[in-house]
Amino acid sequence: MIGIEHYIVVSAILFVLGVLGIFLNRKNIIVILMAIELILLSVNLQLVAFSAFLGDLVGQVFAMFVLTVAAGEAAVGLAILVTYFRSRGTIAVDDVDRLKG
Amino acid sequence: MIQTIAFYLFAALVIASAVMVIMSRNPVHSVLWLILAFFNAAGLMVLVGAEFIAALMVIVYVGAVAVLFLFVVMMLDIDFAELRAGFIKNFPLGIAIALVLAAELIFGIGAYQAGRIDLGVASGAAAPILGESNTASIGAVLYRDYIFLFEAAGLILLVAMVGAIVLTHRKRPDGARGQQDITRQVRRNPDEATVMKQPEVGRGVEL
Repeated sequence: MIGIEHYIVVSAILFVLGVLGIFLNRKNIIVILMAIELILLSVNLQLVAFSAFLGDLVGQVFAMFVLTVAAGEAAVGLAILVTYFRSRGTIAVDDVDRLKG
Repeated sequence: MIQTIAFYLFAALVIASAVMVIMSRNPVHSVLWLILAFFNAAGLMVLVGAEFIAALMVIVYVGAVAVLFLFVVMMLDIDFAELRAGFIKNFPLGIAIALVLAAELIFGIGAYQAGRIDLGVASGAAAPILGESNTASIGAVLYRDYIFLFEAAGLILLVAMVGAIVLTHRKRPDGARGQQDITRQVRRNPDEATVMKQPEVGRGVEL
């Protein structure tokens, strides 16, 4: 019998894999963006699972909003990446220090 | 029984493809594994009866976001081998942090299972409508209680679209073909932009 715990475990593993991806590919910003998508996916899975097991649809509505924000984030993030590559010729994260932050 | 098999199949595939996303050498392969991960996550959502979100997941992620990633990865001329330089060096620290995170999450889940925290009863305000499909139930909740948030989500998408276009739009040098002259465009009116003609039968129109 599959319970909510199974879903929480899968989603937790996905979340941890996303964080690990950010650490492992610290130089490659494209893979970092993909790892962020994985994290958002795990959160969505969690929201949908709780919504289904508690019989409350608000979780699924909220998952939709998360999806919206994830799509917008990917679009703007990749646009920034493209402009940055055009002006500097590289996307290595270590070289991104123009703002001296 | 079949539900259990399906769950473990989808769960194993989603985790395996997530591992491949972060481990593959070639970002194009990463994107393709990401698509597989989203498909299997959609399968997991279908299993609990959330078919609308599952369909949305496939449409938005596979149809839009993954294609966007593919475009960017293939468009930019990047030496990806150089970007992987720190992979081995970062590995021990990354694994350590991942293990700590996983241990914390699993501890939380174990504690939840040992003695469930009393979550109270769901208010029932947004319970699925009996006899209606998942999509119809979500539509009822979304357009009744969350209509303003829904509009705000549309605004967010609009802002993201305008932002992405403004960021990547390249100004061509003056006089180049395809240059947009906004002043001229706005000043145009129907009187100077259109003419009425009465062509004879069998003859073309000369413009």
